[in-house]
Amino acid sequence: MSEHLLSLAIWVPIVAGLIVLATGGDSRAAWARLIALLGAGLGFLVTIPLYTQFTLLHGGMQFVEKMPWIPAFNINYHLGVDGLSMFFVILNAFTTLLVVVAGWEVIQKRVAQYMAAFLIMSGLINGAFAAMDAMLFYVFFEAMLVPLYLIVGVWGGQNRVYAAVKLFLYTLMGSLLLLVTFIYLYFHAGKTFEIAEFQHVLLPLSVQGFMMIAFFFAFAVKVPMFPVHTWLPDAHVEAPTGGSMVLAAITLKLGAYGFLRFALPIVPDAAREWGWIIIGLSLVAVVYIGLVALVQTDMKKLVAYSSISHMGFVTLGFFMFTDGAPTTYGVEGALVQMISHGFVSAAMFFCIGVMYDRVHSRNIADYGGVANTMPTFAAFFLLFAMANSGLPATSGFVGEFMVIIGAVKVNFWYAFAAATTLIFGAAYTLWMYKRVIFGEVANEHVAELNDVNLREFTVLVILAVTVLGMGLYPQAFTEKMHASVDTLIMQVKHSKLP
Amino acid sequence: MTLASLNLVAALPEIWLLFAVSAVLLIDLFIKDEQRDVTYTLSLIALVGSAVLTVQGFSWMPRVAFAGMFVADAMSDVLKLGMYAAVGLMLAYSRAYAADRQMYRGELFTLSLFALLGMMVMASATNLLTLYVGLELLSLSLYALVALPRDSKPATEAAMKYFVLGALASGMLLYGMSMIYGATGSLDIHAIAAKVASGTASRTLLVFGLVFIVTGIGFKLGNVPFHMWVPDVYQGSPTAVTLLIGSAPKLAAFAFVMRLLVQALPGLMADWQGMLIVLAVLSIGVGNLVAIAQTNLKRMLAYSTISHMGFMLLGILAGTLQGYAAGMFYAIVYAIMAVAGFGVVLLLSRAGFEAERLADLKGLAQRSPWFAWMFLLVMFSMAGIPVFVGFFAKLAVIQAIVDLGLVWLAVVAVLFSLVGAFYYLRVVKLMFMDEPVDSSPIAVKPDMRVLLSINCLAVLVLGLMPDSLLQLCFESIRHSLGML
Repeated sequence: MSEHLLSLAIWVPIVAGLIVLATGGDSRAAWARLIALLGAGLGFLVTIPLYTQFTLLHGGMQFVEKMPWIPAFNINYHLGVDGLSMFFVILNAFTTLLVVVAGWEVIQKRVAQYMAAFLIMSGLINGAFAAMDAMLFYVFFEAMLVPLYLIVGVWGGQNRVYAAVKLFLYTLMGSLLLLVTFIYLYFHAGKTFEIAEFQHVLLPLSVQGFMMIAFFFAFAVKVPMFPVHTWLPDAHVEAPTGGSMVLAAITLKLGAYGFLRFALPIVPDAAREWGWIIIGLSLVAVVYIGLVALVQTDMKKLVAYSSISHMGFVTLGFFMFTDGAPTTYGVEGALVQMISHGFVSAAMFFCIGVMYDRVHSRNIADYGGVANTMPTFAAFFLLFAMANSGLPATSGFVGEFMVIIGAVKVNFWYAFAAATTLIFGAAYTLWMYKRVIFGEVANEHVAELNDVNLREFTVLVILAVTVLGMGLYPQAFTEKMHASVDTLIMQVKHSKLP
Repeated sequence: MTLASLNLVAALPEIWLLFAVSAVLLIDLFIKDEQRDVTYTLSLIALVGSAVLTVQGFSWMPRVAFAGMFVADAMSDVLKLGMYAAVGLMLAYSRAYAADRQMYRGELFTLSLFALLGMMVMASATNLLTLYVGLELLSLSLYALVALPRDSKPATEAAMKYFVLGALASGMLLYGMSMIYGATGSLDIHAIAAKVASGTASRTLLVFGLVFIVTGIGFKLGNVPFHMWVPDVYQGSPTAVTLLIGSAPKLAAFAFVMRLLVQALPGLMADWQGMLIVLAVLSIGVGNLVAIAQTNLKRMLAYSTISHMGFMLLGILAGTLQGYAAGMFYAIVYAIMAVAGFGVVLLLSRAGFEAERLADLKGLAQRSPWFAWMFLLVMFSMAGIPVFVGFFAKLAVIQAIVDLGLVWLAVVAVLFSLVGAFYYLRVVKLMFMDEPVDSSPIAVKPDMRVLLSINCLAVLVLGLMPDSLLQLCFESIRHSLGML
């Protein structure tokens, strides 16, 4: 059993998704929901041992599975997780469970297809995080776009088709260059797609530079980094609540994870040489996008821009080099920030979804005084808003703080610029919160609001517990990362120039 | 020529098919219109018979017949099996369509089977004349098939265009062949190869002939800049015939290029490589860009064919075993996808209604969710999205050219396939995200439902386990070219 945990994490949701799909039309929607919940629940359960049985003794791969898949190209079905990827598999399974619950009553149109798309996507994302073979990674990484495209395009808002196509083509553009890079590396690594072998290939700086560009396009689009971030606000705004949750919590992380797994260890010299560009773009994301978020009138757009700003911290943490390698604080802080943002942004989107389901508007101006009619909801929303602005004792604080500590070690001004997020983040989140929740009851829509029901309450409680828990005891996360982060830093230190 | 050197056993599938088609032709004269199912069944039996003979006679070693004019090797056998499947599926899919349009009669069956015979000869020919005869048998059958609905203006126009340009291409090809014959003094591809390798043949003359041969090939494959006929013919032909033109002949064309360029003229590889690079890049670029502007589904698929043929050429021009195998894999995969794609177009057509506008796909997910999902598989596969098999075909080809060091070519190819993804996505968008204009349910016969589903699912299943087909292509190319 335990030697196939990762396979289970991938295939349980996919098989469940196919079964859900087989229930067919909306006349059997109740069955579709129930099977989806069971599938997502089971999918989450099988990922828990990944945490409990995770050994701290070494920074290498654990729960490894390997068998040949396409011998003609020497592509292996090779899975494994280390401290860098393990949390994302769990986070993904967890988010999927929440998404199924979040869409329980809200989705009335083509329920089976909706649930199936999420379950299948969940399995594919797990595959991308667990793949140890570059082509296997690529297959999962790309295949994920198919359900995502349908989710945004079929169940999204008014401008959904535009957003879906933009999302698909942007991300595909990046990954096609990645494909060429992988094939190039395949020949230079002795006809293998093993990521571990890729990390030992010696490459001249010019080639590393081209690869860096390819990696940048592939992963920066997913993160998304300034200036290739423009698909995200569209996709987020038009996606259904569940889609936004998964996009923010998981798919963005896949981009950052790509930098960590591929860009840093495979082309470390290029990262040293041109890392300043990425740092610059990250700081632009943190500061400029933070300001952009401030002026949004649409709540979802605001949170989308805040996601870009928060992800700027992640890439900042990865690319701040001292002594030829990123700092431990920087990388671990960035990883913690990724996990925390997974919870917080999912929670923020869920909260907006709760209001949207009742009022059918995302405009801040259409709300006001929600606290009067939905007090319980307002309390939860406040907690998540605080976490989003990085209040100590919430998960949002830990990662940002660690990255800033790392930045101080490298360059005071990096740290200074990054720290402004604590002001901007608080400004845009809390100002939105004030306008939506406080004040007089703005209109009759708000006056008619009912507070959260049991289903919504459960989701909110679970998210609140994790956000607080991670803020109070981040050790539970960082201790699992240490060994793998150290291994990574050693690898980056080692020059790959021939 | 002694009887032993004839070695008719090697050509048994072709001989059987010839007799079977003649029988179908004769029997069809004596039956009434409502009994056409008899000739339909007989045609399928003819196909199955050929398939059985091909499988039974299969061997990795090439078997030569007609004193070296004809060879049954692993490559041709595998391609032939693909052709039988494509033609068989075409006949099965087009039953209802043809019956609604007074096309369900002997001509459809016999011409299709004669076209198939032409393709089989093309795949197995080892002599310039045999190659040409096979090509003409295929082409003439196709011209007639396109013109089958006599009263239809678009069909007649398409047939005319196809015929004139096809004849021009054949002329080019023949002229090129005559130059090669003049330079080497032989029509046998192995003798030509030996003569070229010896260096005694006039290089100027050879390259001069090669230019015409590549032009002829470009016309037949529909490569840019010789592609002008493709969209018009695809659009004007009855969809059943478009399905045939778009699928099995691509397999024959692959073998044709292999015999002419790789087996007969390996000594001129440096020359044809350069020409094919131009053809391939233009095809991938123009095909994908122009497809975006199409509102007609058949025209869009025609431009998509042009770009796919460009990809196939990329594999061949790599000039390595891997490259040829990748090209063969691409051709087979493309045939599967094309049959499935046009199959869905056929499905949407009814009596008196020709589904060919993109708008006819609107809301298919509500009218027929199952086939919408099936078509989605095909579209994503054509776009080259994993885990569908179209991705592995592109991967194989790109891998072959990166191995050659042509990284820039790989980058160009993938960037244009990004452009291509756009119009495939639009089809998915129309099916899943738009409301249906015509909400009448789609009537599908059970045999078609099963076959089309298997056909579409093959795209997914082969994508999940592409290895055996890849190995099969690799091994058959390796044995057929004698590279051990």
